[in-house]
Formats: sequence, structure tokens, C-alpha cells
Amino acid sequence: MTALDLVFDVVLATVMPVLVWRILASKDLASSVVLFVALGLVSALAWARLHAPDIALVEAAVGAGLTGALLMNALSWIGAEAGVTEPVSRATRVGVGILVTAVGVGLAVAVIHLTQPVGLAHEVDARLADAHVDYPVTAVLLSFRGYDTLLEIAVLVTAALGARLYAPGSVPGGDDPLSPHPRVLARVLTPIVVLVAGYLLWRGASAPGGAFQAAAVLAGGGILLVLARVLRPPRMSSIAVRAALVAGLAWFIAVAALPLATGAQLLEYPSASAKQLIISIEVALTLSISIVLLMFFPGEPAPGEAARHPEDRW
Amino acid sequence: MTVIDVLATALWVVGAVFFVAGTVGLLRFPDVYTRLHALTKPDNVGLGFIVSGLAIQSSELAVALKVIAVWVLLLVVNAVSCQVIARATWNRGIRPWSRR
Repeated sequence: MTALDLVFDVVLATVMPVLVWRILASKDLASSVVLFVALGLVSALAWARLHAPDIALVEAAVGAGLTGALLMNALSWIGAEAGVTEPVSRATRVGVGILVTAVGVGLAVAVIHLTQPVGLAHEVDARLADAHVDYPVTAVLLSFRGYDTLLEIAVLVTAALGARLYAPGSVPGGDDPLSPHPRVLARVLTPIVVLVAGYLLWRGASAPGGAFQAAAVLAGGGILLVLARVLRPPRMSSIAVRAALVAGLAWFIAVAALPLATGAQLLEYPSASAKQLIISIEVALTLSISIVLLMFFPGEPAPGEAARHPEDRW
Repeated sequence: MTVIDVLATALWVVGAVFFVAGTVGLLRFPDVYTRLHALTKPDNVGLGFIVSGLAIQSSELAVALKVIAVWVLLLVVNAVSCQVIARATWNRGIRPWSRR
């Protein structure tokens, strides 16, 4: 590690806690949201510095991009002025501060005392041939620990249902007051978004990338289309939307359960077609995850819906 | 250090100067419109210099084209986001600052 790397890391490690402090201390929600997006970008840099490009990609696309857009959108529903929170008593603050400091110091001490590099990278590399994909992260996600990923997708689909129950979607009304620029941007970026998502998905078998990253990029493009009023927010009543939502989970379950019929284990891909099956799961997952992420995004509030507390709408 | 490295470093330094100038403008300028100007215009030029440095230093043509593509995308997005924020501000009834 050169001196320049060290300086960069120290700056990163200093900026992150300061950003978190400003997010929590900021009085108005709009600045908190902007700072949160900045924190997402800095975190992505930190993951890249830790040689975790997959997490860096997800953090940049989901942590900074999608979550930022979601929080901004939420502000338009509740009104930016709704940020005044109840003051917390001094005793509570001091108590929480002591607790958090103790946990933080404990973690730091534990990490410093680790005598040898931990992790399973060595074991994964040794058995990569069994996984039928060339990239270790994809091998873990879809082959060695495919069961975890399968359950994760089920959780995501359920989360999308929950999000729509709470925010049933909106009817875009009238002309876009910001036109024509967002519409032009959507038109220019949509083909590029599809290209980049396909590229990330395709590279996932051998390099950083994969279904989650591709889906996050696609969902970002979808949100842009909704905001530019080219597309309406996807509606749960549409058969196509429902099919896209469950496609990834359904195909994953089918591929996982099929080996049972031939006497093999759950999720034991037949080795002749394992790579094709894994790629087909990734394609189906990309579609479903992108729709799930888009379902979290309710669009703009209908007229008169804004600046009301969510509970009052029922 | 090769000639290419020296040239690339010089380009990065020039790019960084534009970013610093833009940041100073963002902190010092009086209203949304002037700050937008300070934020989007120097960033376009600054990133152009940084990308040029990366492109001439990269060993593969594909890598060079990718970083140039990043710059072109930033040009498009910066131009649009600047206009959108300015228009949203105008629609809210905020008028440009002027020295009286």
C-alpha cells in the first residue's frame, strides 16, 4: 500500500462518520436525503477499496441511486417540512452513545486481534470447478449457497407486495412541469440502461456483475421513465406485472426442485447443463428483481394526496 | 515514469483544478442558479481532463472507450439535471439573485 492509498483511505474513513453524523443531526429531511446519497457513493468507494467490486456496484446502484430516488419520492408524498422530530431526552442520548461506543470499540478490538486472514475465499477457489461458473461470487450466490438466494428472492417479492399495500400507486396528472428535459433524458438513456444491464448480467458468470446489479440498473431506468411520465408506475392489477414479479422465484423453485425427481438433492444442478441453468435463473431473477425494485416506487402522489400523513389516507 | 504517465498526471491535475474551482463556486455563490452553474460546468470540463488522462494511460482501447463513454453520459445527465433543477426552482417562484 503506497502512502497515497493510505491518505485516500484515511480521508474515506473520516468522511463516512462525519456524513452519518450530519444525516442524523440535520434538521430538515431534504438535506438528510441528499447527504444519504452522498454516503452511499462514499460507501461504494469504500467497498471498492476493500476489493469487493460486487458490493461496490450494488451499493452505488441501490444504496445511492435507487434508495436516494425512493427517499426523494417519499418526501414528495409527506412534504419536505415533515422533518421535525420529537427531541430525545439527554439521558437516552447519553445511554445510546455509551452503548454504541462500547459495541464499536469491541468490534474494533476483535478485528485488530484477528491473527490470520479469515473468510472462505480459499475454499471457494479450491472447489470452483464444482460450481460450473468461473466467478467465485456468482458461484457462492447461485451454486454453493443457492438456497439462501432462493429465500432472498421470496423475501423480495413479499416486500414488493407489502410496499404496494402501503402505497397503492398514483395517477400521474396533467403535463410534466419540468418537461421536456426529463423525457429527452429518458429517451437517450433507456437504450443505454438496457445495454448496461445486459452487459452486467452477462459478465456475472466470469467477473463482477450479475442479476442484482443488472436489476438495479434496469429499475433505475424504469424509475426515470416513470418520473418522465413516459411509463405509468407498474400496477399490481396487470397480469404482465404479476408474471414478471414471480417469474424469477417460480423458475428458481422449478430448477431447484427438478433434481428431486431424479433422486438428486434440492438445488443440485445436473452438471451437463449447470451453467445454462444458472444463467437462465440469473435472467429470470434480473427481470423479477427489477420489477420488485420498481414496485417500491409509487410514482407521484395524486393531486391532494401530497403533504398528508400516510395514515390519514385510509 | 514514461512520457504517457507524465502527460496523464498533468491532465489529472488540470482536471482537479476545475473540480476545486467548481466546489469553491458551489460554496461561495449566492443562489441556486449560480451554484448550478458552478457545479455542472466545471465538472464537465474537469472530468473531461481526468478521462483524457485515464484514456491515454490505459493499455486497451476498450477501457479507453469505456471511460470516454462515462464522460459522454455525464455530459448528458449534467445538462439535463441542471435544467430540471433550475426549472423546478423557477416554478417554485424563486427568482435569480441580482446585485442591487
